[in-house]
Amino acid sequence: MSVLVFADSSEGKFKKTAFEVVSYGKKVAEQQGSDMLVLTINGGDASELYAYGAEKVIEVKNDLPSFNAKAYAAVIKQVVEAKAANTVIIDSSIDGFTVAPLVAVAIEAGYASNVVDLPSSTSPFIVKRKAFSNKGFNNTEISTGNKVVGVAKNSYGAHENVVSGSVESFDATLPDLGVKSESISKATGVVSIADADIVVSAGRGMKGPENWGMIEELASVLGAATACSKPVSDLGWRPHGEHVGQTGKPVASNLYIAIGISGAIQHLAGVNASKVKVVINSDPDAPFFKAADYGIVGDAFEVVPQLIEKLKAFKQA
Amino acid sequence: MKILVCISHVPDTTSKINFTDNNTKFDTNGVQYVINPYDEFSLTRAMWFKEKQGASVTVVNVGDASTEPTLRKALAIGADNAVRVNVAPTDGLMVAKELAEVVKNGGYDLVLAGKESADYNGQMVPGMLASLVDFNFVNACVGLEVDGTAVTLDREIDGGEEKVSSVLPMVVAGQKGMVEEKDLRIPNMRGIMMARKKPLSVVEPIGAATSTATKDFEKPAEKGAIKLVDNVDALIDLLHNEAKAI
Repeated sequence: MSVLVFADSSEGKFKKTAFEVVSYGKKVAEQQGSDMLVLTINGGDASELYAYGAEKVIEVKNDLPSFNAKAYAAVIKQVVEAKAANTVIIDSSIDGFTVAPLVAVAIEAGYASNVVDLPSSTSPFIVKRKAFSNKGFNNTEISTGNKVVGVAKNSYGAHENVVSGSVESFDATLPDLGVKSESISKATGVVSIADADIVVSAGRGMKGPENWGMIEELASVLGAATACSKPVSDLGWRPHGEHVGQTGKPVASNLYIAIGISGAIQHLAGVNASKVKVVINSDPDAPFFKAADYGIVGDAFEVVPQLIEKLKAFKQA
Repeated sequence: MKILVCISHVPDTTSKINFTDNNTKFDTNGVQYVINPYDEFSLTRAMWFKEKQGASVTVVNVGDASTEPTLRKALAIGADNAVRVNVAPTDGLMVAKELAEVVKNGGYDLVLAGKESADYNGQMVPGMLASLVDFNFVNACVGLEVDGTAVTLDREIDGGEEKVSSVLPMVVAGQKGMVEEKDLRIPNMRGIMMARKKPLSVVEPIGAATSTATKDFEKPAEKGAIKLVDNVDALIDLLHNEAKAI
């Protein structure tokens, strides 16, 4: 019996979420009194994982050009069987969400996704999950012998715990892929909402797409991703990939700054997993003021330029 | 092409969420139910295939009789027929197994769903279903074209998009971007009248076992009052020294 953590990577580099799931898996292994194995598929430098408590890293190398759900699920299943693992821990990247259900079926495991905390009990195995678009949680018992746990982004955090680890190569057999990657396009030079510690988001209060320069400048000063409310993406002012909210992208950043966004219930549902929320709005009755931690009642066109200047000075200090 | 669209019956996105029976049950009092917003993107794409390329569209839901108005709404939008698997859903794997039976019996080429439901947000049923019926699977789809049995798709990845190709039969989990939000359909009176005459068959469940169970629910902790400041220096100070966020 052991815990198997899948540390996801992209282009040979571990995703930030990989360090979070390794930290999480280490604790679950301790709770269960078992050991932890960390699996990488065409991953990065394994010593980066040692820093988060990975003593045993299993490396699978093959010529897959990029993530493939069916292939990854097959590899994870083969490692689960070879190593007699019973608890698989997967991150909440899009790839994590894609492969986890396939793994659950392959190893006949109950699967709990969006898990926000360590198991409150490992026998029975009970975890707390986000539900109702962050408007509630449910405590879920996984009743099967094998288990798959999907850890919600930024919910547990990456905890440094340096160990001297070792790497073992593992030869896995790949199935027919079924889905073939043709090309990948990634925005370069901008922070993606999925990876961002800070998200700067703006709404209809910006009055028009021509005013987004200051939002981008504020994001640049903070090393943040930019985002927008649903009406803004519906109006075509910003791409739909920036829409955060219940049916857009969920945000679980450390800091979320909402500028000119009134705070409809669907928007709040999409962002309330963020740790610190700041609202800047000229309407003191905007619902967002009830949901945020800090706020300024004021005109974005006055407040944001000041904020940019002061933050530049703060960063240089 | 025979298309099956999986429809979840979920609380409207504006719903207030409450629990009853010592926080062990979801409080349905005053809650309006709708077609899961993520499923609407897939349903609309299915309508496009029906109208532009020729396809039959069946919608399916795993649920008790209370979900029929949601299936009727999907029929009013233009689906040809509906199937309800007569059992209240309890967990993702159980729903996927019940849907797998419908897929196996129906000879579908393309199964569409939303990437998640707006209630339990599990993001697990489409992938589990694809595995159970051994169909190709693409998640988080933001673009879908079918030419004969060849399928090209765009899927969201962290920080970008990937173009992939595959062949039918497939399960595809869609989301915003798969169709434009302005193209989502609202049933009109003619559609509503026609939907009354369309077939809605009820099939009995296979009795799939569950692998997880909800013990109880919690609501997020009450938030403390907001700290309002009147200048950006004070805000930066709070974000740095108190919140440790910058």
